[in-house]
Parts: sequence; structure tokens; C-alpha cells
Amino acid sequence: MAWAPTLIDASYFLAALLFILGLKRMSSPRTARGGIVWAGFGMLLAVLATLLLPDIANRGLIIVAVLVGVAAAWWSGRRVAMTAMPQMVALYNGMGGGAAAAIGAGELVAHASDYVAAAPDTSPLLPESWSALHGAIAVTQLSPVALALGVLGALIGSVSFSGSLIAFAKLQGWLDRRFVFPGQRVFNLLVLAGAVLIGVMLALGHVYVAWVGAFFVLALLFGVMMTLPIGGADMPVVISLYNAFTGLAVAFEGYVLHNEAMIIAGMVVGAAGTLLTQLMAKAMNRSLGNVLFGSFGAAAGVSAQEIGGSQKPIEPADAAVMMAYAERVVIVPGYGMAVAQAQHKVWEFAQLLIARGVKVKFAIHPVAGRMPGHMNVLLAEAGVPYDLIADMEDINPEFPATDVALVIGANDVVNPLAKTDPSSPIYGMPILDVADARQVIVVKRGKGTGFAGIENALFYADNARMLYGDGQAAAGQLVSELKTLDT
Amino acid sequence: MLDGFLALYVFMLAAFTGYEIIARVPVILHTPLMSGSNFIHGIVLVGAMIALGHAHTPFEMAIGFIGVLLGAGNAAGGYVVTERMLEMFKSSKPGKGNGETK
Repeated sequence: MAWAPTLIDASYFLAALLFILGLKRMSSPRTARGGIVWAGFGMLLAVLATLLLPDIANRGLIIVAVLVGVAAAWWSGRRVAMTAMPQMVALYNGMGGGAAAAIGAGELVAHASDYVAAAPDTSPLLPESWSALHGAIAVTQLSPVALALGVLGALIGSVSFSGSLIAFAKLQGWLDRRFVFPGQRVFNLLVLAGAVLIGVMLALGHVYVAWVGAFFVLALLFGVMMTLPIGGADMPVVISLYNAFTGLAVAFEGYVLHNEAMIIAGMVVGAAGTLLTQLMAKAMNRSLGNVLFGSFGAAAGVSAQEIGGSQKPIEPADAAVMMAYAERVVIVPGYGMAVAQAQHKVWEFAQLLIARGVKVKFAIHPVAGRMPGHMNVLLAEAGVPYDLIADMEDINPEFPATDVALVIGANDVVNPLAKTDPSSPIYGMPILDVADARQVIVVKRGKGTGFAGIENALFYADNARMLYGDGQAAAGQLVSELKTLDT
Repeated sequence: MLDGFLALYVFMLAAFTGYEIIARVPVILHTPLMSGSNFIHGIVLVGAMIALGHAHTPFEMAIGFIGVLLGAGNAAGGYVVTERMLEMFKSSKPGKGNGETK
């Protein structure tokens, strides 16, 4: 069996290589599909190699856990709707962070000074294979560097775990409102300081079971407290940040376990995720600090501007006529359209308009949908050709020359308050200037506020008309009204 | 085994690699890429397997079991979601063709 360790090492090496090449392929539209397959093959290889490691016990238990975890995630990932992708990414990312934290917890507990004595030395639950290993491993102490990195990885992984779960719950709509209270920032800082302080003590070698427990409670609590006050619209950036966090945690725990594949894959994701987070924050014209901590300031000064005027409704027939005789129509789809699964109907409507000679374009805000690029995926699904889809920078100068802007299910990304009201939580976010169009028709379910919970001044503007109804139904009505015009 | 400065070099080069790969990526790929990198840190599954493989007491085994469960979920879920997204992405190409011929 002398060849076995070499084979395993070679498998890890190949896996790391496949991850990097796969990620590289995923960064170009042409090769993206193959990229994930390459990376998947690398993962399979690494997992199989690990099962072959000579000093592995509990193989049965490992296989059961892998199968259950894979089955559950595979099943949920297959059946989830495309619109719910962002929260699924958050969920799976949280699981990764949790796994990294669990590795750290296992290592710390095993090395706690007061643990070995308390542990039952013989147990019927344990398979026989471990007994020979027991002595050898219990003696091995972690090097100071490994201990420090293990603690750091556990801290980051825990924050990523609990934070991602909160992000998931928020995007899923289980936690509707923001959670703010006076002195929150100080409280959060204390929680983090406590976790770091205990972490430093652990890293210095003062490892006791109770401290390890307190460390994880504080770290998990910090993840929850840090994420709760962040508004839903900012969640993608936060998820991306936690994605990078998990990568780092995996790399650090990889060092503890002497696993090079984990170090490389984790570090690559840590760096790539950090950059991706910055790119996303930039797309929203926000700094990362503003995303993470901006909400506190906004909560302090709740002076939401009173908006004058009223919302003026419009009938589907009038809206259809208005657009049928327009020269230029810009459709601004938002997450609400995707939720109502209205993209196919909307595209049908757009095709009818195009057939009548109307110039139709789709305008996509960088954070339309729940993540940058999410809406492009959803429109592509409906068959909207790429050359009709315009980015914010390209379309904004065209709005003054646009006859009708049709806003479907978008709210915060077209809210003029982002420009005019410094007290608004979305102040400073670049928006689509639909209010510059001659007429604006807003398809909206009811009079409620948007995802970020903010009133929208656009709805009260003089040139805006509200078409109340579910996105799918409204688009269907527009289509049939347009068809009756032709007969 | 990796130790000391050798490990530091690996950390540094891997970080640089990740940074370089993602630079200059179009916005439309941000979502799939985030999901893809989410899958790649699913390699934590391997670490969790090793941890469970070295667990001696029921308590350690419980922690290890949870770790493997979560890690497997990360890897499998990340793969499925990314693959579905990229599959969708491919379908935009014939759509583009149709639009241009009209």
C-alpha cells in the first residue's frame, strides 16, 4: 500500500487544479457550463481520495452523513425556483461555514485540557478501529500557528454560518422587518470583542471545554446580530461577503488538518469572493462599510420624508393604448415580475409592441432581482434577446426621449428618493431614472412599500400611473387589450 | 507537510490566483460565479470527513457528523444550483439569434 498516500496526494493536487481551472472557465460566458463540471469532477475525486486515507475511522458514519447531506441538498437545489436562487446560495454557503466551524470545534474540544479526563474512555458506540488510533492522536498537540488559525477559522466560519442563515431567512421572507434597537452597534461590538478575547485565550493554549462553548456561542451570536439590521436589498453583497468568509475559514481549517486542497480552494474562494463583494458593492455605488453598518445610521434618523400627492390608478385598456401608440417604450422589470413568473407574458407583450413598430427595450438595474446578473438569467429564460436588454448606464440618458416607461415589479431601483432624500436608507444608490420618461406606468400588486420597506416617491409623481394587480395577470391583460386593438 | 513559510507562500499564491481569476468578469456572470465559488469551498466536506474519521468520543463524533452533513450539503447544493443557473444561461444564445433575425 505504499502507493496509496501518493495516489491520495495526487488526487488532492488534481482536485485543486480542477477547481482553479473550473473557476477560470466559469468567469467567461462561453465556457461557464463546462467550468462547473470540471470543478465537480475535482470535488468527487477529493472526496473519494479522502475515503481511502489510511488513518480514517468511522467510515460507515462518514458515508451515511455524506449521503444524507448530498441527498437533501441535491433534492432542495433541484426543485427550488430560479427566483429563490440567492437564498439557496446563502443557505449552502452557511452550511459550508458551519462545517468549517464544526472542524474547528472538534479540534478544539479534542485538545481541551479538561476534556480527555471527562470523556468516557470506552463506549459501546465506538467502532473498534479507533482504539489503535486513539493514543497516537491524543498525544499530538497542535502547533501554536495551527491552533491560532484553527480558532480564527472557527470564528469566521461560525459568523458565516449564523449570518448566512439569517440572510436566507430574510430573503425567504421569514424575517420581514429590520431589527434595530438603541445601542446596537455597541452591543455588537461587545459580542465580537468577547468572542475575539476568548479566541485569543484559546489560541494561546488555554483551551477548556466551557471556554470553547462560550466562544462558539458568542461567534454565532455575532453573525446573527451583524446580519439582522441589514436590509434585504443589501443581502446579495452580504451573502457574497460570507461566501468569502467561508472560503477563508475553509483555508484556515485546511492548515490545521494539513490538507492542501482545502487551503488552496478555500484561499482562492476567499480572494475571489472578496473581489466579487467589492464589485457588487460598486455596482450599487456603496462602500462595503456602508452596506454593513449604514443601516444603523438610517435607523437613528427615521425622518422619512412626507410624500405629497396621491397614487393615480390606470386601467389596463388605457395603459395598452398608451403604449401601442408610443414610439419608444422601456420596460423595467424587477424582482416582483420574476416572482409572479410574468417574464414570459411580458415578453409576449413586448413582441406585440415590436410588431406594431414600437421600439422596446428592457432596462436592467445592476441589482435587479436579488443579485447582480440575476435578472439577466430570468429574462434569458423567457427568451428575451440580449440586444434588447440595456444596462443602467446605457439606458438612463434615453429616458427623456422615452414615451412610456413600464415598471413591472421593480420598486427601490426606480425610487427617486435615492437621489433627493439624504435620510432615506437607499440614499446614494444609483437608480433607473424612469421618472424622466413622459409617462410612467407602474404595475404593482398593492399600495405597500418595497423590499427595503421604503415609500416610493415615483408612485406619487404627476406623470406616473398605477396599474394594480399581480404581474402575471396585469401582463396578460395588457396582451389581450393590445390584441383587441388590432381587430 | 506544509509548515511555516511554505504554507504562507501557498496562502499568498492561492489568494492571488483567486483574485486574478475573478478580475474583469462581466456583471451578468456575478450570480453564477458567486454560486460557483460557493460550490468550490464545499471542499470543506473533505476536512469534515477527516475530522469525523479522527473522532474518538461520541461527542466528537456528533460534531464531526454534523460537519460532514453540512459540508456535503454545501458541496452538493452548490453544484446543483450553479449547474442549473449556467444551463439557463446557455439558452440565451439561441434567443439572441432569434432577436437578430427578426
